[in-house]
Amino acid sequence: MSIFEQWWLPIAELVENRQPLNFFQNLYKEIYMNAIKDDRWLLYLDGLWVTLKVSFFAILAGTLLGTVLAVLRLPSVTDYRYRGNHPLKKLGFGVLRFFCWFAKFYIDLIRGTPLLLQVLIINFGVFGSIRIDKVIIGVIACALNSAAYVAEIVRGGIMSVDPGQTEAGRSLGFSGLATMLWIVLPQAAKSALPSLCNEFIALIKETSILSYIALTELTKAGDYIRSRTYSAFTPYIISGMLYLLLTLILTTLIRKLERRLRASDH
Amino acid sequence: MTTEKNEVLISVRGLEKHFKGGELKALRGVDADICRGEVVVVIGPSGSGKSTFLRCLNLLEQPTAGTISLAGVDITDPTVDINLHRQKMGMVFQHFNLFPHMTVLRNMTIAPIKLLKKSREEAEAKARSLLERVNLEDREDAYPSQLSGGQKQRIAIVRALCMEPEVMLFDEPTSALDPEMVGEVLDVMKELALSGMTMICVTHEMGFAREVADRVLFMDEGKIVEEGTPEEIFSSQKEQRTKDFLNKVL
Repeated sequence: MSIFEQWWLPIAELVENRQPLNFFQNLYKEIYMNAIKDDRWLLYLDGLWVTLKVSFFAILAGTLLGTVLAVLRLPSVTDYRYRGNHPLKKLGFGVLRFFCWFAKFYIDLIRGTPLLLQVLIINFGVFGSIRIDKVIIGVIACALNSAAYVAEIVRGGIMSVDPGQTEAGRSLGFSGLATMLWIVLPQAAKSALPSLCNEFIALIKETSILSYIALTELTKAGDYIRSRTYSAFTPYIISGMLYLLLTLILTTLIRKLERRLRASDH
Repeated sequence: MTTEKNEVLISVRGLEKHFKGGELKALRGVDADICRGEVVVVIGPSGSGKSTFLRCLNLLEQPTAGTISLAGVDITDPTVDINLHRQKMGMVFQHFNLFPHMTVLRNMTIAPIKLLKKSREEAEAKARSLLERVNLEDREDAYPSQLSGGQKQRIAIVRALCMEPEVMLFDEPTSALDPEMVGEVLDVMKELALSGMTMICVTHEMGFAREVADRVLFMDEGKIVEEGTPEEIFSSQKEQRTKDFLNKVL
């Protein structure tokens, strides 16, 4: 019998005899019922692990897709005047113009509709007839949603970089894409990082919406335990503390990264 | 580097550049030939199109009309790979445009490593020898924000030289500098001119033009109004507009 069980025995006796509990006894009862009994803490850890997986891959994919969308929306992409009547260049220009229009449309669409609706559409509509892991559905829905926000943040970061940087890159012979990759984006990332951190934190918390499609992530885990123990507060508070732990770790990591990027401006 | 000065390296014909859909005509038909090893200084009042002219030479500005050929290749032809030709044309900007997130050494080696496919060692050795030439060998690990304006511009010059260009374009390289730093940058440019580099400089430094230039172009209202040796331009101008301008600046 574990130490927690031993601590529980005298309190259990009081409960049995309908004796009143003092504050600490009551607190321990809540913790025991909602986290220790039947190894319920494992449920939170499972939920935490699912939330962590979904958030990690959604942040990764969302940032990549968002950056691509941001670059497509830049005026320099669409303003680039392809000279002459070379058919290939004309075609390339047309394709870019289409992508730029699409990026704008996509961002407006995603930002203008609720995440919950997007999750439901992807779960029941797109993947309605396919058996697929809910974690993957969660990653796809959150990444597609986050990309729209990341796109605007990164676009702001890119526009804050002095155009002279692009000119210097191009004058050395770098292509537009290479200049973007090696010279502009690293500087854009630095100014976009605080806003990106905001977005990543929001994404971690918004994965709680995935409990709607029966993905047992952190919120769903807390809710499940509430349904077994009828404690209205404790399970949710435990879940909440675990979210807080995740976001604090992320914030610390990003602050470290920011400090490293600031090494160049003494 | 060849010192033969007769071979035409850059040939510009009928160059025009309009902004705002033709409302603003920055260049109205410029013809010029620049020979290998020649140092050409472009002077003129502000708004005369000299910077636009220089920026058109490596297509940072897309010419509205006209042709520019570099070593016989028309680079305004849309099928030409402009990135390849820009590697042969180093450019120095008024505001330096060093990459602030890279050290001095990285600023100088990133293009040779990524574009010329040089090994890191080879690129760094070349960069270090150039740093020595401009007396900044002890600043290779500094970031641009830790340098003075004059140091930044000297780094910008050697960064362009790391690509071993055939011609160097200078766009008012001393205009953003504190007066006491102008000299050190001009010294580097003079040394570069003496080494036989082909140079096209847009500048307000008349002393530099007089001392170093093989040829001076005077531009006004988007055209080359007068060109000649420094003596011809500074002592015996033919055009009234040249006289007026020089009276104001000298």
